[in-house]
Amino acid sequence: MTILVQDKEVVVPGDTLAEGMGYIPGYGSYRQATKIIASRLGLVNVEGKVLKIIPVSGKYLPKRNDIVIGKVIDILMMGWRVEINSPYQAMLSSKETPEFIEKNEDLTRYFNLDEYLVAKITNVTSQNLVDLSVRDQGLRKLKGGRIIYVNTHKVPRIIGKKGSMVTMIKQATGCRIIVGQNGLIWVDGEPAKENIAVETIMKIESESHYSGLTERIKTFLEEKTGVKLDMTGEKGDYNGLQ
Amino acid sequence: MVDIETKKHIIECLTKGVRYDGRSMTEFRPIEVRTGLIETAEGSAQVKCGNTEVIAGVKMTMEKPYPDTPNEGILMVGAELLPLSNPRYESGPPDAYAIEVARVIDRGIRESKSLDNKRLCIQAGEKVWTINVDICPINDDGNLFDVGSMAAVAAILSATFPAVENDKINYKKRTAEKIPLAKIPIAVTVSKIGGFFIVDPQESEEQSCDTRLTVTTTDDGNLCALQKGGYGTLTIPDIDKMLTLALAKATEIRKLIKDSLVPRTGESYE
Repeated sequence: MTILVQDKEVVVPGDTLAEGMGYIPGYGSYRQATKIIASRLGLVNVEGKVLKIIPVSGKYLPKRNDIVIGKVIDILMMGWRVEINSPYQAMLSSKETPEFIEKNEDLTRYFNLDEYLVAKITNVTSQNLVDLSVRDQGLRKLKGGRIIYVNTHKVPRIIGKKGSMVTMIKQATGCRIIVGQNGLIWVDGEPAKENIAVETIMKIESESHYSGLTERIKTFLEEKTGVKLDMTGEKGDYNGLQ
Repeated sequence: MVDIETKKHIIECLTKGVRYDGRSMTEFRPIEVRTGLIETAEGSAQVKCGNTEVIAGVKMTMEKPYPDTPNEGILMVGAELLPLSNPRYESGPPDAYAIEVARVIDRGIRESKSLDNKRLCIQAGEKVWTINVDICPINDDGNLFDVGSMAAVAAILSATFPAVENDKINYKKRTAEKIPLAKIPIAVTVSKIGGFFIVDPQESEEQSCDTRLTVTTTDDGNLCALQKGGYGTLTIPDIDKMLTLALAKATEIRKLIKDSLVPRTGESYE
């Protein structure tokens, strides 16, 4: 039982991370005979006995219970096909809407082509078919506002610990912001304030690996907006849905 | 294409006087011009305008002139839109947009009459200089017309003739002689989105504009070429407004290009 890599080391697919049965493969790695091998490019994270890889880039891989933002690209007999910035397409069934939709009803009344929506992934099959639902609090069609794309793997940094980062941006700019786990972010507010919010999000994306990020973003926002931020109070929820 | 929702939102923001990247309506992104960066070409230029980046190169050959202009040199401008610059483009023969970009830039330089074709003649009816300008976008974040034309003009201005030995071109040796370009033609595209006139659109703005008018002007304020694109319509006051804006912007850009030209002498690099 030997570990061949250090914490935060960069590995490429095929690299052997550890030998022997003493370690457990986590996300982005797999076991072959007695070895643990990397299947993605990224940084190794050693957590006790679990070896997982934090990818540095790549498309979004759908996961159950994730909140995502998608665009309607097709209307089917019983639902909508949704683009979720992933190699796999998602389906939103007409049974998964808050209101009851009759058979043969015109589905464009609910979601039309090119419209954006926030939805929750209810299921991902072994064939990577993705099912969505808009039957939960805060899940809906996104009217107005602007959609921006960020690196999927930077989403946790944009949300921050318990939503602290996104709450801070909301407080400073007064914009409504929803962060999808798939790297799509919806920003809606005063146009000039929207620009500041988008700029801040881009700054977080490009500087997420530096330490003291929250403090830096706080000063940046205070400079840009002139709003004194008080981050001691209540934190928002995970994706900023409320 | 940009989706309807995005277009709606862009117009909504313009109504409040805000563009997506915080610029004013008549402001270009920061422009950066570098010349003479490709050693093997007779002239070259790289122009960055925000995230849009274009490289242009000039190659010169000796060829037989066209029969109708036996004592005039030849200018050819080509654009190849690389798939790496924008996922919209595909490799293969140039599409309608690539041809339009090349032709608008070509026409701007040609119709400005700033290139002294007669001086490119070596032997009438037999041999003239041919100037090939190739335009390659490295990254396309909108406004290829303007950035491409800046790169093409800067590349021509930076070019020097190769040496001719026994009727053959020696590309390894360079003379100090420059291409006779008397004026600097500059293309400025003014886009109309929902009744607003903007210059230097970034990609999402360019994709959602109704109409665009590319205006090429020379140093003395002469209009030398116009190209209208998009499905919208323009009234005469619209065009007046667009021309005034384009003229003012062209003066600014011309100064930038003049400043960027580093004098290059007949150095050889064997």
